[in-house]
Amino acid sequence: MASVGSRSGVAYDARGLVEPHAEMPGNIEIDGVRARFDAADLSIRQINMALRQLIYKDGISDVTVLNPASKHSLAVGILKRCRIHFEGSPGWFACGLIDGPEVTINGRVGWSLGENMMSGVVMVERSAGSLTGAAIRGGDLIVKGDVGARTGIDQKGGTIIVGGSVGINTGFMMQRGRQIICGNAGENLGDSMYDGAIYVAGKVKSLGVDCVPGEWTDADTEFINRKFRVHNLGAPPTFEKFVCGKQLHNYDSLEPSERKLVI
Amino acid sequence: MCGIAGVIHRDGTANIGAELTEMLQAMKHRGPDSTGYAVYGPDDDLVVIRFVLAEPSNSTGFGMEERLARNRLEVEARLAKIGAEVATVTSETGYAFRAKVRYSGELKPLADYLEDVPGCEVLSVGNSLEIIKDLGDAATVSEQYGLGSFHGTHGIGHVRMATESQVDLASAHPYWAYPFADVAVVHNGQLTNYHQWRRRLEQSGHRFQSECDSEIIAVYLAEQLTAGVSLETAMKESLDDFDGVFTYVCVTSNQLGIAKDEMAAKPLVLFESDDLVAVATEEVSIRTLVKREVETRDPYEREVLVWQV
Repeated sequence: MASVGSRSGVAYDARGLVEPHAEMPGNIEIDGVRARFDAADLSIRQINMALRQLIYKDGISDVTVLNPASKHSLAVGILKRCRIHFEGSPGWFACGLIDGPEVTINGRVGWSLGENMMSGVVMVERSAGSLTGAAIRGGDLIVKGDVGARTGIDQKGGTIIVGGSVGINTGFMMQRGRQIICGNAGENLGDSMYDGAIYVAGKVKSLGVDCVPGEWTDADTEFINRKFRVHNLGAPPTFEKFVCGKQLHNYDSLEPSERKLVI
Repeated sequence: MCGIAGVIHRDGTANIGAELTEMLQAMKHRGPDSTGYAVYGPDDDLVVIRFVLAEPSNSTGFGMEERLARNRLEVEARLAKIGAEVATVTSETGYAFRAKVRYSGELKPLADYLEDVPGCEVLSVGNSLEIIKDLGDAATVSEQYGLGSFHGTHGIGHVRMATESQVDLASAHPYWAYPFADVAVVHNGQLTNYHQWRRRLEQSGHRFQSECDSEIIAVYLAEQLTAGVSLETAMKESLDDFDGVFTYVCVTSNQLGIAKDEMAAKPLVLFESDDLVAVATEEVSIRTLVKREVETRDPYEREVLVWQV
């Protein structure tokens, strides 16, 4: 592998102020369209700078980040199809706002994984903190272990798959999309949800306001089987489906642009 | 915001002063206003009293040096008067003091008597507990108080972002569970029935040094422990008695416990091995202590866990 040297130089933010630690790391190994670097001694800014340089400017489509050491806000806002592998555990806010990347995380993740994710895949081998998939709009977010509270809060699309259990207020005010929970769910599942579906294989501690058991259809079976097959998750367990009772709000399921057409 | 951390070594003592400093410094972004420690050194037959005679911002100025010296002598005189044999009194800052005394009487009259000296606040009293807190980040406070060489079995720490009370020592964590020896609390969150509980506890004879809601937890637990309730039971009952969103860590001379509110709204990550338990608001803090990939988890809502030293 060739080694890319340090691409130093003073960087400025949008206000014209000097950004600290804005020096490209000098330990990046590149092999064709693949690259890897050790993030143990790098700042958050350096790690994200390296990812952006490699993916957007150097034509790299497959990046491995070693030892992220629970640092926050890694791989946020990547808007291009590519593969990113984390060997280790990122901290909070990992992979937020991404649109396209396929991310694998061989470790654990802190709070707010994949917040506002638009498309792509994030696969976590271990557990994740609270607010996983908050306001996710698209793509597949898979956590093989347990997840904390408020999973998929304000979810607007996409699919969240949890191999273990989830905490309180999962699916709170979710508007679209699906959640597949293979373990147990905490209190107030689907509280005040507008739409979408939550599938739970284990026990549900309690349902939230206006969340009710839903009617199972062949489409549900097909959907779950396909997701498990695509992501190599093995045979799916038996799930119970929960949906919005549609008693709480006077609403419809149209997007604002669609509503204009109807009106 | 605010960040909390705790560490307990189940296989003996370690340099917990340096460990907590690293853990807290990694969470400086959660609160740079003040930093505090409650650390447990070797237990001996002497009582350690940590007290301050002035806020850092008021510790200098015209006549202040003389006033601090006079009040320090008054504290020593009162210690002698109440029957405490003073072994040493030292100070790293000029306004914060550490006294080692031989004393076997009640702690409440002792603390009340000392706090009657102008400007005096008793931060902690115990056979092994020492509470050290000051303004600034962990590196600053640690250097100021020489915590880099503090050896002990367990401790907790707090970095504070002041939101509902002032940036001063009185509002800095940890809080001693006055007047209960060797008990301290750090907290991240807000208690919304603070005034209700404060009035109730004041009517029971407890004193409050600050307007900070976190102090309620320490005093509440102290009252429960005084009544013979176990730490774990007291912490579980606190989840019903307190409204709001909170996560807190409580330590005694031989225990460390965590409690999360019913909404699990405030973060806490837990790492546990045969010889070490570490908790922190963020995993990046634990990674300063265990410098490898570790298996951690977020405790769920209403979860109370207590470990023995």
